Amino acid sequence: MAWTWFHRLASPPHVYRTAGRLAPWFAWPAAILIIAGLVGGLWLAPPDYQQGDAYRIMYVHAPSAWLSLMVYTIMAVAGGIGLIWRMKVAHAVAAAAAPIGASFTFATLVTGSLWGKPMWGTYWQWDPRLTSELLLFFLYLGYMGLRAAFEDLQRADRVSAVLAVVGVVNVPIIHYSVVWWNSLHQGPSVMYLGKPTMPPSMLVPLLIMFLGFTLFFGAVLLMRLRGEVLNRERTARWVAEEIGA
Amino acid sequence: MSDTNVLRATLPGVGVGRGSAPSALAVARLMLERDLRLAFRKSSQLVQPLAFFAMVTTLFPLAITPELSRLRHIASGVLWAGALLASLLALEFLFRDDAQDGTLEQYALSGRALTGLLSAKTAAHWLLTGLPLALMAPLAGVALGVPTGALPGILASVTLGTVTMSLLGAVGAALTLGVRRAGALLSLLTLPLAIPVLIFGAHATQLAIRGEPYGASLTLLAALAVFGMTLAPLAAAAAVRINLE
Repeated sequence: MAWTWFHRLASPPHVYRTAGRLAPWFAWPAAILIIAGLVGGLWLAPPDYQQGDAYRIMYVHAPSAWLSLMVYTIMAVAGGIGLIWRMKVAHAVAAAAAPIGASFTFATLVTGSLWGKPMWGTYWQWDPRLTSELLLFFLYLGYMGLRAAFEDLQRADRVSAVLAVVGVVNVPIIHYSVVWWNSLHQGPSVMYLGKPTMPPSMLVPLLIMFLGFTLFFGAVLLMRLRGEVLNRERTARWVAEEIGA
Repeated sequence: MSDTNVLRATLPGVGVGRGSAPSALAVARLMLERDLRLAFRKSSQLVQPLAFFAMVTTLFPLAITPELSRLRHIASGVLWAGALLASLLALEFLFRDDAQDGTLEQYALSGRALTGLLSAKTAAHWLLTGLPLALMAPLAGVALGVPTGALPGILASVTLGTVTMSLLGAVGAALTLGVRRAGALLSLLTLPLAIPVLIFGAHATQLAIRGEPYGASLTLLAALAVFGMTLAPLAAAAAVRINLE
């Protein structure tokens, strides 16, 4: 049957082994791409005519920002799948993804404010993107806090899945209201890199970094998922056999 | 017990012996009546959020300046931050008693759509906390040096904003039903989702204080309230069911 692969995803030992087999296929390309992207971005790309070398933090900042949003979406989709089909492994994916997403969000905030210092003259500007990123960070903290508040793992899974789905509906509303707020309240305009006008020597390393970061996320997710599955199934016989205990 | 009998046991006075189950509207009306009656018997719960709101409003003149001309500039922020915090404070009472004495369980078992029942409960909660806050906001505004012409705008915006706050709060309270001492977690979950309300509400208030037309922001607040009415009870009902299992 064409759907057996999907049904087999519900089996923790199958997922544990598959994740273990797949992880290197994400980790090695990620390492190669990130090194290539860093060389391209930090050495080969020319300095920006306005920002000098300061713009190079973009090669970490932009992929982190992209992943901060993507991971939240993955978390919500996995939570939704877990709620609808009662698939335990989907909840494990959401649980494994949340701290990674929060870390990427934190990295975005730190690199954003470090970038802000030379560009805006201040570490923090109530710029719409930074502000909505900060709110996203709070959403991650709330999600992880809610998950941690329950003793019963199944309840923690399902309650936090509802929160993730509610959150993902709200993220665009929050983002656009923040953009709107900012356009009303903030006088001095903030300068961004014009993406379409970026020369290929700057753009290609950025795209490589995007791909590298995404693969890196995949590798970390698979590894964390293995840990999550093992912890959840710690009383099962296959775990004892797998570990050889 | 049959479904309707359970409901009759929960809601005394629902057409006992008339044979047919009461209509959804009749049930909603009974729940409203019940919640209002219970709340007025414990009126300290009603007064506390209002006293808190008044207290927060008092802090700012003491902390910043007693000059009304300067307070007027920050009045919209003070009013809205105060109103959001006060409605958060009131959320703890929303489901707590009903969850403790098993009423909520009976609602879930009654065979009625839990979304409808929770909508009625949320409406009662808004009448008990949101509406009094909205009525008090113009008074607090006067104390902060807001011109009288701006008071209708403040009343309208806080009225609409507290509707959305009650709805979001119902989701947050439902998610944290099974958590002991959920206060801080509840704020962490609810406040990021309430940011759009804060932005549009404070903006409407600020425009009203400046004497400019504020209709657009009010419309957006109303849109948020309608959106919340449509989706929030669904999420709250899902969360309640998970927490009751």
